Amino acid sequence: MIELVNVTKQYLNGMTALSNINIKIDKGDFVFLVGPSGAGKSTFIKLLLKEVDPTEGKIIIEGIDTTKLSRRKVPQLRRKMGVVFQDFRLLPNKTVYENVAFAMEIIEAHPKEIRRQVPMILSMVGLSDKSKMYPDQLSGGEQQRVSIARAIVNNPAVLIADEPTGNLDPDTAWEIMKLLKQINRRGTTVVMATHAKEIVDVMQQRVIALENGRIVRDDRKGVYGYED
Amino acid sequence: MMSIASIGSVASALVILGIVFMLVLNINSLAETAKGQFDSIQVYIRDEVQGVAIEEMNAFIKKLEGIEEVSFLSKEDALKNMKKQWGDQGYLLEGLETNPLPNSFVIQLKDIENADGVVKQIKKLQGVEEVKYYKDIVDNLLRITHFIRLAGTILIAVLIGISMFIIANTIKLAVAARYREINIMKYVGATNWFIRWPFLIEGIILGCVGAFIALGIVGYSYKAVFDVVTQKLYVMLSAYMIPATILTHNLAVIFIVLGAGIGALGSIFSMRRFLRV
Repeated sequence: MIELVNVTKQYLNGMTALSNINIKIDKGDFVFLVGPSGAGKSTFIKLLLKEVDPTEGKIIIEGIDTTKLSRRKVPQLRRKMGVVFQDFRLLPNKTVYENVAFAMEIIEAHPKEIRRQVPMILSMVGLSDKSKMYPDQLSGGEQQRVSIARAIVNNPAVLIADEPTGNLDPDTAWEIMKLLKQINRRGTTVVMATHAKEIVDVMQQRVIALENGRIVRDDRKGVYGYED
Repeated sequence: MMSIASIGSVASALVILGIVFMLVLNINSLAETAKGQFDSIQVYIRDEVQGVAIEEMNAFIKKLEGIEEVSFLSKEDALKNMKKQWGDQGYLLEGLETNPLPNSFVIQLKDIENADGVVKQIKKLQGVEEVKYYKDIVDNLLRITHFIRLAGTILIAVLIGISMFIIANTIKLAVAARYREINIMKYVGATNWFIRWPFLIEGIILGCVGAFIALGIVGYSYKAVFDVVTQKLYVMLSAYMIPATILTHNLAVIFIVLGAGIGALGSIFSMRRFLRV
């Protein structure tokens, strides 16, 4: 359902971020994207989101070659994907409920639908009792839960997480991982870029390792494999 | 602060536009009136031309292109007209032994622009003593109108450009302040128009507020000038001035359309960079 065919990305300054990547991620997969800084993880994620286009090659998401997609259709593509960032990216002037509802308002969902769906998702991420709080009243882990709730509230086929545990202590990080695994079990494909060796090693999921813009390893039930 | 600057810039651009607009319209109306008054040609005929020759001339002139009407004015009628125009001093003309005025044709042109061609044709006729017309005056008037219109258009274009730039900057600040929100919106899959319209409306409101201020300034000033001219200056001049109410109505429409347009375009330009995520 996500397929990269001979994908090369060269930036305007001549730096090659990814070269000749071929990969297939099936529906329902849980994939860790690992590798040292500058290996191309960020570019990989940006390509999936069509934030940048590859210099060469095709990217097929849900049967559509996104490299041929016009700018106008990008919102449609993004609605199939939820994104979670290391820095949460919540709106500080909105409550937990509003932050999640915001994602539904943007895609012009029916208000009735919003009132039904948001509490459901909040209870799923375990924040039902904090829906009226503002982000700065929450702990890091709770903020990340809000951002996960926002990412999945529109039922995307893919959840993309860019170092979602990077700012969290180990215990909280595990809570977040449990949540992501739970989301994955419902059938959502999860692609997670990370540096968290312990998490990768324990979770025993597919690991794609990037180095200098190339895939150096792609293991089912893999481990992190770096000592950093 | 920036929004005051943008309202001010839109308002001042539109005030200047309004002044130029009024100048052009009034000079135009003056030119039109003048055209109506000066679009006749007088053809004086030598005294030896009589009877059938006059008829022939009349027929020839009638066939020329661009002529509305030709009428023959005999020297006797011309003298009578003159006496009438002189009014109280008309008796002075009684003492004349012979009538010094020539027979003439008065030609009404369809358009003053035809004057040169018609005059050229008539001058070829035998028995024509002199041809009088006012093309020069009207030409000069048209030239001035043309110049003011051109200079005004350039000035207005520049001012519109400047106010658009200032509005674009104001919106850019507003957009930058909400950059985070826009960024999140883009990731969740908001369309560009969904993100754009609140800023678009902000731009349009800024433009419209500027337009209303300009309309107030220009409308009241024009009314004041109009009153002074009609009450204290020559009544004759006021006949050429377009009444304030008519002008302000037209201006209101133009200002609001332009103000909203400047605001809308300004905000769209300013957002382009931020939407490219």
